[in-house]
Amino acid sequence: MASELVPLIETTGLTMRFGGVVAVDQVYFRLEESELRCLIGPNGAGKSTFFKCLTGQHRASAGTVKFRGHDITGAATHEIARLGVGIKTQIPNVFNGLDVRENIRLAAARGGKTRSQIERIVKDVLDRVGIGKLARSTVAKLAHGQRQLVELAIVLAGEPQVILLDEPAAGMTNEETERTAAIIKEINRTTALIVVEHDMQFVKMIARKVTVFHQGAILLEAPMAEVLANPTVRDIYLGRRIAA
Amino acid sequence: MMERSDLLATAAAVLVGLVLMFGLPLYADPFQVMQLTLYVVLAIFALSLAFVWGVGGILCFGQGAFFGLGGYAFAIAAINFGDTTGACALALLVPALAAAALGYFMFYGRLNDVYLGVVTMVFSLIIWKLINSTAGPEWHIGAARLGGFNGIPSIPPLNVPGRPSDQLDPLQIFQLALGLLIAVYVVMKILKSSHYGRVAIAVRENETRAALLGYDVRFVKLLVFTFGGMIAGMAGGLYATYQAFIDPNVFSLEMSAKVLIWVMAGGLSTFLGPIVACIGLQYVALYLAENTVVNSQVVLGGILCVLVLALPSGIIPALQDLAHWSIGRIRIAFRARSEVALQDGAA
Repeated sequence: MASELVPLIETTGLTMRFGGVVAVDQVYFRLEESELRCLIGPNGAGKSTFFKCLTGQHRASAGTVKFRGHDITGAATHEIARLGVGIKTQIPNVFNGLDVRENIRLAAARGGKTRSQIERIVKDVLDRVGIGKLARSTVAKLAHGQRQLVELAIVLAGEPQVILLDEPAAGMTNEETERTAAIIKEINRTTALIVVEHDMQFVKMIARKVTVFHQGAILLEAPMAEVLANPTVRDIYLGRRIAA
Repeated sequence: MMERSDLLATAAAVLVGLVLMFGLPLYADPFQVMQLTLYVVLAIFALSLAFVWGVGGILCFGQGAFFGLGGYAFAIAAINFGDTTGACALALLVPALAAAALGYFMFYGRLNDVYLGVVTMVFSLIIWKLINSTAGPEWHIGAARLGGFNGIPSIPPLNVPGRPSDQLDPLQIFQLALGLLIAVYVVMKILKSSHYGRVAIAVRENETRAALLGYDVRFVKLLVFTFGGMIAGMAGGLYATYQAFIDPNVFSLEMSAKVLIWVMAGGLSTFLGPIVACIGLQYVALYLAENTVVNSQVVLGGILCVLVLALPSGIIPALQDLAHWSIGRIRIAFRARSEVALQDGAA
């Protein structure tokens, strides 16, 4: 039975308070191996805060986070990253002053790899994300959508076990959005993902199981079609755009 | 790995350094060489900050603390031991440990930006206050009296390791100082282009991303800061033995501010820049002080203002840009001429 397997990520009663504000409220969340999960919810629903609790950027006020059964609650960001949790943040976190190639090389080089292994990963990732032509450009000079792709490449170069993507398609052209959706599907052949996204068209392209966040808590967890049909979800989030 | 152009530039700089190291003692006026020794020592100090600030992105406003600790450690040890071998080791060790301890609290306490500047500055000023108030005879470490604001006089000159009677003469000390400057420069160049240096640069560029990739940001910064403290200490030790005297002003705000100016004026992103700016500005200051027509400090301040306004990235980066621009112009001119020649040929 699937539920008896150790989940890739499991949170138990995860809570994050900032003063009186409860940004993440008693979240029980499970991600299975090789799953692709979409996380949706209105602004301020706690999606990004939830991600930051998973990666150790925030220390949860209560509850636990487990990665393949290991308790990683309160572990340092770099320790969690070394276990194999890769994240693309909402506002791209890239090395602005360096060129694209060096950005990816730095991601690939951690953990005592040989030079040829690193070179192979860099080349492979540049191809997969389709930014080989930008390899020598300084990241600061790129457009927002291109920087998003660079960050995606950085995350892939770290060869993570699970990838968290926070609004990967924001600021992208239609063509870039489609490419990103294709890349996500391709990544999911080997790696589990959690994707936070606002763009419903984009979510429809990739989604299977969707988790809806509302006011810091999980409102609903269901397949995409069911989520779209749910009246409460429509009211709080999807609104007229989908109803129409 | 360094890029080829970078490798050539480094080799050229080293060659110039070696020529000066062996040539100047033969041909130059000994007094001039001794004057230059001081500037070479200060250039090592400038490099220490160029690494901490330029590579590690750590704005240290109290680099003088480590310079001073190196100097005092050397002075106290040399007076007690009667041999400078152990004193040299302590001049590296004491400031490195101090930097490691201070760095531990700053980086593991997640201090950043301007707070780092304030804490390092206050650290230096506290030592300044402390040493200043040790003038009484009760303040001594072994045979060495700390001397408070009077400083420590009669610091022995360097001797050949293990042979206290074999002391270096001033010209040999010049060669040693310049040799160390070249060595520190080369080591920093290699470090900067190594994997470790590139990780340090990554941390400077974006700490969050570096941590999310699995790099321990705090540890990387601690290493950079400790290494910088050690190099500053090396310069401090040389300074103490060169002057045969040291006083608490090495811990003063002026000392730490001067080194910031050298690094800024020379070019934060380079190692050659801070060396050139340090030695150059010292000579300018000396020249201005000799000509008493106008207040030298005012003129020096004016020069610095012009430098910062006209060359915001520093002297060496500006020269590099100029060189690239000129080469580009020459190429364009050359191409235009060959095209004209081709057209003439066709006609």
